[in-house]
Amino acid sequence: MNRHDDLGTNRWRRFDDWDERPLRLDNFARDDPANGFSAMKGAKDPKPSVAVEGGRITAMDGTPQADFDMIDLFIARYHLDPEMVGEAMAMPSAEVARMLVDMNVPRERLVKLAHGMTPAKLAEVVAHLNAMEIAFAYAKMRARATPGNQAHVTNAKDDPLQLAADAAVAVAFGFDEIETTMRVSRNSWSNALACCIGSSVGRAGTLFQCSSEEAEELQIGMAGFTSYAETVSVYGTEKSFIDGDDTPWSKAFLAAAYASRGIKMRCTSGAAAELLMGFHEAKSLLYLEARCLCMQRAMGVQGTQNGGIDGAPLASAIPGGVRELMAENLIAVWLDLECASGNDARSSESEIRIGAKILPFLIAGSDLICSGFGSILKYDNSFNPSSFNGEELEDYLVLQRDFEADGGLTPRSEDELLAIRKQAVDAIAAVFEELDLGSPDADMKGSVVVASGSDDTRSYLPGDVSKISAAISGRAITVLDVIRALHKRGFVEEAENLLFLVKLRLSGDYLQTSAVIRDGKVISAINDPNRYDGPGSGYRLSEARRAEICAIRGELDQREVLRAEATFEKAESGRIAYRNMGPAQRGSDAHEIVVGLSPAFGTQLFRTLAGHSLADVLRALGDGIVEEGGSVRFVRFLHTADTSFLGLSAAGLAGSGVGIGLQAKGTAVIHHRDRLPHNNLELFSNAPITTLDHYRGFGRNAVRYAKGLDVEPVVVPTRGEALGARFHARVALIYAIETGLTRDGAAPEDVAVEFIRGKGRAGA
Amino acid sequence: MSRKLDIADYPLAQTQPGEVKGARGLSLDDITLDAVIAGKVEMDDLRITADALNAQAEIAEAAGRAALAGNFRRGAELSRVPQTVIMQTYELLRPGRAKDRQTLLDAAERLRRDHGAERMAAFVEEAAEVYERRGLFTFRY
Repeated sequence: MNRHDDLGTNRWRRFDDWDERPLRLDNFARDDPANGFSAMKGAKDPKPSVAVEGGRITAMDGTPQADFDMIDLFIARYHLDPEMVGEAMAMPSAEVARMLVDMNVPRERLVKLAHGMTPAKLAEVVAHLNAMEIAFAYAKMRARATPGNQAHVTNAKDDPLQLAADAAVAVAFGFDEIETTMRVSRNSWSNALACCIGSSVGRAGTLFQCSSEEAEELQIGMAGFTSYAETVSVYGTEKSFIDGDDTPWSKAFLAAAYASRGIKMRCTSGAAAELLMGFHEAKSLLYLEARCLCMQRAMGVQGTQNGGIDGAPLASAIPGGVRELMAENLIAVWLDLECASGNDARSSESEIRIGAKILPFLIAGSDLICSGFGSILKYDNSFNPSSFNGEELEDYLVLQRDFEADGGLTPRSEDELLAIRKQAVDAIAAVFEELDLGSPDADMKGSVVVASGSDDTRSYLPGDVSKISAAISGRAITVLDVIRALHKRGFVEEAENLLFLVKLRLSGDYLQTSAVIRDGKVISAINDPNRYDGPGSGYRLSEARRAEICAIRGELDQREVLRAEATFEKAESGRIAYRNMGPAQRGSDAHEIVVGLSPAFGTQLFRTLAGHSLADVLRALGDGIVEEGGSVRFVRFLHTADTSFLGLSAAGLAGSGVGIGLQAKGTAVIHHRDRLPHNNLELFSNAPITTLDHYRGFGRNAVRYAKGLDVEPVVVPTRGEALGARFHARVALIYAIETGLTRDGAAPEDVAVEFIRGKGRAGA
Repeated sequence: MSRKLDIADYPLAQTQPGEVKGARGLSLDDITLDAVIAGKVEMDDLRITADALNAQAEIAEAAGRAALAGNFRRGAELSRVPQTVIMQTYELLRPGRAKDRQTLLDAAERLRRDHGAERMAAFVEEAAEVYERRGLFTFRY
C-alpha cells in the first residue's frame, strides 16, 4: 500500500521513518544507579578520603583497613604513594580538573599527583570535565607522542592462508600491533603461526598477539610466535574479579611472568564489565573503572586496554556512557599507563554514533587509537565486529585526511596490496610445506589472495586447521623453525623481519611504557615522550606524514578531468559538429528560442555531470522547442560562463525574448530578457540527476513562456543525494576550465550544429 | 652494566648492543640470520635475562615509574624460573585452586629456596594472607 493511501493512522509518519534507521536497533537504558546503571554517579560510589598512619594507608574512600576487600588492599599497598597522598587528596577536585586542561601545568606534575589519589578522587576529578575538556586533557596526558593503532586479524574459518594475507595487509596499512583470536580455541597455534608469518611481510616490527586462554597464550609467546599480550583482564569488584577466575595477585604474577619472557604486556579493563557480570555493587561505571586502573598501575604493568572493551555497547546504552568511556581513558593516561583506547567492540549500529565516538581520539591521538580496529570484514571478526572494520577502513583513512590527524594508518594502492597478499600466501604455503604442515594448492592460494573475506575463499576449514594447530603444538615447532623454513624457500626478507622481532625481547626495550616499533626502532614514552604545552607543541604531522595521509584513492585534479574528457571527445565528434557562423544578432521570429552555450561547451568538455553526451542534450532541447512550435538557434558566448548570464544573454538575442543558458556540465536556465539576472523562469541546478526528458521538457516550456501559455515547471526530483559531496570537486575543476576560456567583452557567435547520426541539421 | 642506568641509555639495543645478551650468552650482534640457519641459535638464546630486566627497571625508575620497575624486578627473578613452575604457581594463585594458606606458603618457599626469587616469594606470601582474610580458599569447581 502506498503510504499516501493510509491516512487513518494516528501517528506522525516521521516516526515510521525513524523506526527504519539502524539507530533504532540500538538498546538504550535509563539511569538506574541502584542497579548499576549510572555512568558517573553510582548509588554507592564513596566520597574520596584517605587515612595514613606510620606510612601505611589505614582507610581509603570511606572504608577502614579492616574492611578492605582484596582490590582495596592491592591499591592501598601498591598504588597509593603515602608521600603524595596528603597533598593530592587535599586539593579541591575542581582545581585538579582545571590543571588537567591547563597547558601550563606539566604532565609530570599531574602524574605525580595521581599517585597520591584514590579511585574515588580520580573519578571525582575527571567528572568535572565536559567531553571536549576530556579529549583535550587526553591529548595532553597520554604517554607517547606519536599516535598508533592496532588491528584485529581473524577470519570465520580460522584459515591460516587468509590470516597470513590479512596480517600482511594490516602491516601495510601501518598498524603497530595486530591481534588474532580463534573461532575454535584449539586452533590457537595455527592462528599464531599464520599471523606471525603474515606480519613479517613488507616491514619488520609489527607486534603480534594471539588472544587465548592465559596459560596457553604465555606458551605461544614462549615459542616466539607472539610478542605481546593484552587480554590480562582485571575487574573493579572483588566478586567479578573472582568470577573472572583471577585475583590482583594472580594477575600481577602473570604480569611478571610476561616480563620474565621478554613479552610486552598490558591489562584489560573497561566500563560495564562488572555490570555485565552481575557484581556492580551499585557503583558507577567510572568509579569501578578508576579502581581497575589504579590496580593496573599498582601491578606494575606498562599499559591498559581500556575504554569499555566488551562492555562498550552497554556503557553506550547508558546516559553519558560515551563521555564516561572517554573519562576512563583519561584516568588511564593520567596514571601514566599506555592506553589502547577501546574504540573496539562496535557500540552502535548507527554509523553517526560510531563516527562521533572516534573523533576525539583521532584528533587527540592515542597510543593505540583502537584496541582492535577490524582490518577484516565484520563477519570475519572473531572478536565480534569492531567500531571500524574492513568495510569502513577507507572512511577512517579519509577522516585522517579531513582533520589532518594521524590515526596511525597510511593509504595503500590496489597493486601494492595485491602483491603483498600474494607474497604472504606464498610465504605461509612454503612454510607449511617445509614443516610438513600441509601443501595448499594453487586454487586455495589464488582464492585467498583476491578474497575480501572468508566467504570468497576455497581454502582450509576449521577442522583442517585443528590438525595443523595440534601438529605445531605437539611437535614443539618454534619461530626459529619458521625462520629457517622461510629462508630455505627464498623468503629471506621475511626471515630477517621475524628474527628482528624475536630479538626485541632480549633487550626488553619494548617492555617500557607505550612501546611500539617504527622504522626498525623502539619508540616509547621514554624516548618519544608526549610533551604538550600549547599550540605548536606535542605531536604534529610532518610534511612527509601529511602527504602520506592525504594520498587517498580517487583524488581528482584538472589534469584528471581533462584526460577523462579527452577519452569522450572522439565519440562525441562522431555525433555532432559545431561550425561558427560569425557574430550573432537579435532575431525577429517571435517563436525563436536562443540556446546560449558556455565557452568550453563541445570544445574542451563533452558530457554533462549526468554523463549525457552534449549532442544528446542539444538534440533533446531542440526537439522540445520544435515540438511546441518554436524554432531554435544556438549561440556561443565567450564573455561569461555563468548560467544566469548565459540565459539572460541568450534571451536578449532571441526573437521571442526567451533564452536558455546551458553549461557544458549540464546546468541549464530558462530566462526572459526583461528579468533580473538571478530571477529566472526555470533552473536545472542538479545537473547530475537531470535526464534527457527533462531537457526536452525544458525546451517545450521555453516556447510556452514565449507564447504566454500556462506552464508547469519541469521539476528534477531529488532523493536527497549529497550532490555537492559527489560532484563539487569535479564541478569546480570543470568550471575553472569554462571560466579560463572567457574573454571580457567577447561578442556572441552563431553556431551551426550538425547532428551526424539522426535527423540532420538544426539551428541557424 | 654496573653504573646506574638513565633514560639516555634507552633503548639498550641501540646504545649497548654488545651488552645485551640472551640466556646462553650470545649477544644481539651474534644472533644473525646466518647463525640461525647454521643451527647455532636456540630458543634459549632469545630469552631475556635478569640483567636486562634489572637494567630496564633502572631506566623505568629514572623515568619516575617505580611500580613498573617493581614488575621488571619481579620479572627478573622469574626469568630464571622454569615455565612449568611459573604455570603451577600462577594456577595456585587463581581463586579456589589452593585449598589452604599453607599450599601458597609452600609455593612461595619453593620460589625462594629453589630459584632465589625473594620478591616473588614475599608477594605470594602476601597473597596467602589476603586470600585467607577474604575467604578465597573455597571450592570453585
